[in-house]
Amino acid sequence: MATTATPAGGSRNGTGPEWGGFEENIQGGGSAVIDMENMDDTSGSSFEDMGELHQRLREEEVDADAAAAEEEDGEFLGMKGFKGQLSRQVADQMWQAGKRQASRAFSLYANIDILRPYFDVEPAQVRSRLLESMIPIKMVNFPQKIAGELYGPLMLVFTLVAILLHGMKTSDTIIREGTLMGTAIGTCFGYWLGVSSFIYFLAYLCNAQITMLQMLALLGYGLFGHCIVLLVTYNIHLHALFYLFWLLVGGLSTLRMVAVLVSRTVGPTQRLLLCGTLAALHMLFLLYLHFAYHKVVEGILDTLEGPNIPPMQRVPRDIPAVLPDARPPARVLNTTVKAVEVILQSH
Amino acid sequence: MAEAAESPGDPRTTSPRPLFAGLSEISISQDIPVEGEITIPMRSRIREFDSSTLNESVQNTIMRDLKAVGKKFMHVLYPRKSNTLLRDWDLWGPLVLCVTLALMLQRGSADNENDGGPQFAEVFVIIWFGAVTITLNSKLLGGNISFFQSLCVLGYCILPLTVALLVCRLVLLAKPGPINFIVRLFVVIVMFAWSIVASTAFLADSQPPNRKALAIYPVFLFYFVISWMILTFAP
Repeated sequence: MATTATPAGGSRNGTGPEWGGFEENIQGGGSAVIDMENMDDTSGSSFEDMGELHQRLREEEVDADAAAAEEEDGEFLGMKGFKGQLSRQVADQMWQAGKRQASRAFSLYANIDILRPYFDVEPAQVRSRLLESMIPIKMVNFPQKIAGELYGPLMLVFTLVAILLHGMKTSDTIIREGTLMGTAIGTCFGYWLGVSSFIYFLAYLCNAQITMLQMLALLGYGLFGHCIVLLVTYNIHLHALFYLFWLLVGGLSTLRMVAVLVSRTVGPTQRLLLCGTLAALHMLFLLYLHFAYHKVVEGILDTLEGPNIPPMQRVPRDIPAVLPDARPPARVLNTTVKAVEVILQSH
Repeated sequence: MAEAAESPGDPRTTSPRPLFAGLSEISISQDIPVEGEITIPMRSRIREFDSSTLNESVQNTIMRDLKAVGKKFMHVLYPRKSNTLLRDWDLWGPLVLCVTLALMLQRGSADNENDGGPQFAEVFVIIWFGAVTITLNSKLLGGNISFFQSLCVLGYCILPLTVALLVCRLVLLAKPGPINFIVRLFVVIVMFAWSIVASTAFLADSQPPNRKALAIYPVFLFYFVISWMILTFAP
């Protein structure tokens, strides 16, 4: 497996390293043909295989050398040395066999080359896809193209995790029976994977033409709007601003996803079901992320306006009875400047 | 031979000896297997390794490893484009830094345990799983760097942030206030930039030239999260 120097069917630089040839195979884009090539071409695709070959050669040298050395010792020590040599050789052989089996299993199951075609992107492509995710396209008569890549969505989910962590810290959220980081990662990845699977299942019911990978990519890029909104509103605590951004930015990215799904679904009932569910989940998630980790400003309200204004409730994560007061009092708009001052002072 | 018994270099790596100095050029990253063992297939050195590292005193072993770690710390503090971190990788330095960071960032158990500060395990897991994720990402983007080399580089480049944490702790002993916060913010930002520059100097060459930004962005996020944990730490 590791002895082939040329990847099957691939073009090769004459002077480049062996694994360079593999990259030229995948320059064509993420089509099914490339997938098949990658499936077959496990040798030379990572230099771990070369490394394993070198390792084995070296070990055989070492073994031959050690065996030769042991023979001399064995002769010197007589019968006892011979038995020791035998047991050592058996142990060596068992170790070799076990190691070879383990590395074969490792290269079979941990072969990350399966994911390689989904990461074949250029920075310019990622940038253009990020911008396109905010622009809904009107034409719904024939299926719109979805780029099936995982780099952009994965990076957006991690960015959302980082922004969420920032928001949780500034709002002094207390998490019991859990950790801040664990909650942030669980929320973001759970949303991305869970809602993608659910919408994929609904798409299967509604006979929509979309694959799981495309759904993951679509929803992942839809999180770009969430990242922008949360980045701005976790730092500027203006409720009107948040609602504006929620409608505008969140709405744009939802509309884009909805337009793509509508173009891939036939029938008004199916379209309504699929797109309604996705729109509801996407917008509600943004609402949840904002209000669950919102900075408490009740101290300011009490000192400035008097105690008869209902304060906004911070939501500790383990108390189910308290719901966030989602309708902010109108007078909070006058106190936001002072809120910013207090926030600065409290650091 | 004198160099067999008293070699100050790391036996796993090509330590610079006058006799075999030219051979250090041979073992560049193409020959490094996934486990990271870097040995020169020379028969006469195998038996010398066995006897020299087993029979030497413990002090020799520890000092040799400490010197290797210290040399890499210097490379991180003054980042130049060099292969040392990649060629002679080890995980001692990252382990020491990670444990230091996690110990200093955790809250004492005498406090209210529900006050939202990171616990030891949280910091530890974040650092190691973050490094593994970044390594997988850079490999999937087409980088030709080994798994453990990348872990080594990312771990060592946490050193500036550890220094920032020490400085922050000292600053926090003074009177709290906005000036306190501004000083800590400035220190953390500078060290964060230093970490990114250091890791870029080592990792960028292993990526395809047009995808460097794609590989560096998760490194930026990783160090951002660690910097944020340091900045918001309050004993």
